[in-house]
Amino acid sequence: MSADFSRARADFPALHQTVNGRPLVYLDNAATTHKPRAVIDALVHYYEHDNSNVHRGLHALSMRSTDSFEAARARAAQFLNAADPAEIIFTRGTTEGINLVAQSWGPAHLKAGDIILATEMEHHSNLVPWQRLAARTGATLRLVPVAGDDAEHGLDLDALDRLLTPQVKLFAFTHISNTLGTINPAAELCARARKVGALTVVDAAQSAGHEPLDVRALGCDFLAFSGHKMAGPTGIGVLYGRRALLDALDPWQTGGGMVASVTYEGAQWKPSPERFEAGTPNIADAVALHTAMDYLDTLGRPALAVHDHALALEARAALAGIPGVRVLGPRAGQPRAGLVSFALKDAHAHDVVTFADQDGIALRGGHHCNQPLMKKLGLPSTVRASFYLYNTADDIAVLTASLRRIVKFFGGG
Amino acid sequence: MSDLTDLYQSVILDHNKRPRNRGRLPAATRVATGDNPTCGDNCTVYLRLDGDRIAAISFEGQGCAISQASASLMTTQLKGKTAAEAAAAFADFKDIVTTGRQPEEFSETAAFAGVHAFPARIKCATLGWHAALEALKQPDQPSPS
Repeated sequence: MSADFSRARADFPALHQTVNGRPLVYLDNAATTHKPRAVIDALVHYYEHDNSNVHRGLHALSMRSTDSFEAARARAAQFLNAADPAEIIFTRGTTEGINLVAQSWGPAHLKAGDIILATEMEHHSNLVPWQRLAARTGATLRLVPVAGDDAEHGLDLDALDRLLTPQVKLFAFTHISNTLGTINPAAELCARARKVGALTVVDAAQSAGHEPLDVRALGCDFLAFSGHKMAGPTGIGVLYGRRALLDALDPWQTGGGMVASVTYEGAQWKPSPERFEAGTPNIADAVALHTAMDYLDTLGRPALAVHDHALALEARAALAGIPGVRVLGPRAGQPRAGLVSFALKDAHAHDVVTFADQDGIALRGGHHCNQPLMKKLGLPSTVRASFYLYNTADDIAVLTASLRRIVKFFGGG
Repeated sequence: MSDLTDLYQSVILDHNKRPRNRGRLPAATRVATGDNPTCGDNCTVYLRLDGDRIAAISFEGQGCAISQASASLMTTQLKGKTAAEAAAAFADFKDIVTTGRQPEEFSETAAFAGVHAFPARIKCATLGWHAALEALKQPDQPSPS
């Protein structure tokens, strides 16, 4: 029995509206979640009371801003069970975090003959930076295959054994697939990579807001997530990196705030995290992300995970009963994160999304920033329903009723 | 979903289910592909010109009902036209899908006027047309087959 968060639904102002005359059923949470009142209030409060630049001023507002910003960093470290707040770098989001690693770590540590390993289920943001890094350094990018006609078997772990050679310097993989709902065995993948001396980069965009994360238990070297996919604001995210690694890395952007001393001839860098935060950071959104983390932990991330996973299993079972539906990712009853991606035999994903929108349902249709995987599975696009704490079994009922009408209209079933 | 079913009825029941001129044109001398990177839809248009007129035209691709039906209809309307006439026909079509006005002469294009109520889908309706106009700008190539 999953936890009941139905009272938390009242905390999210944007959920309480009608779309095309129907109550909004928001099922696009893997793209971005809605924000609770507390997070919106934190943003407003910051701008109305504390607004000032950080780390520079000696006046009251600047000190309050600095304290709030650094408190958010300490909270993020606690959220991930990191050893030290200096291991938390604020970014714009997951994409920027991964690009930071690719640009700061990559060129100094890779040479021709080295291998970067990723997987076939990566979001473009955890694939394209590595393609570009490989092209720049002469390293080779290899991918762990995804197994099964519907990708139902997840990553091919036998192939991983063959691919993880001592030439692999870095293994980047997603914790939860935004396209399939597959939950990868992140701790096991990190342990296997460590055996060959490869660093690990975990894309936690789809997991950070949905389940407990412990970077020390995972044993990862880097981990990135986005605030806006976990009830926080857009434009703020976190890159975790092990302290020893970060202090040995060059900055990726330079300017104010990240330098220890500057002469007309050159500059010396501050240690992490300031080294990687050139310019005025996104203070307000970091402060509001702090509130989002508090909000999630008050509800309890273990309970959130149970809730989201249970809804996805229920949706998967309901969808399988609709004629012509092909569901990707884990089979019925198998563990699955809080989303279901599927295709209808007779209706294209965009037509489905437009029709569902008329019923007030927000879905995502497309390639989910995963064009190569779609091509491999022989699909131009899929429809994705993704769940969060405020979704209920009623939402699944509205979705399945709408899909049945769509299938009938397009001549299936 | 009445506006939507009105829009889709005529479109789907006809051109999407039974597309005209679909498939590769073996004697094509011009080929162009239009992509919609945000949704992954694509449409390739094959043309063969006789003098300055389109003697044969076909399309293939993957996409939603609106994009596929629109490409199908486009092939029926562009056959026999010059590049300038094709550009004028596209300007007319684009105006219809963006404003919702009815075409001056009754034609199947009228079905697409409903697209204007769904702005996110206008790019679907124009995908095949863009590919055709791109192909018309190219010089003739030797037939690929």
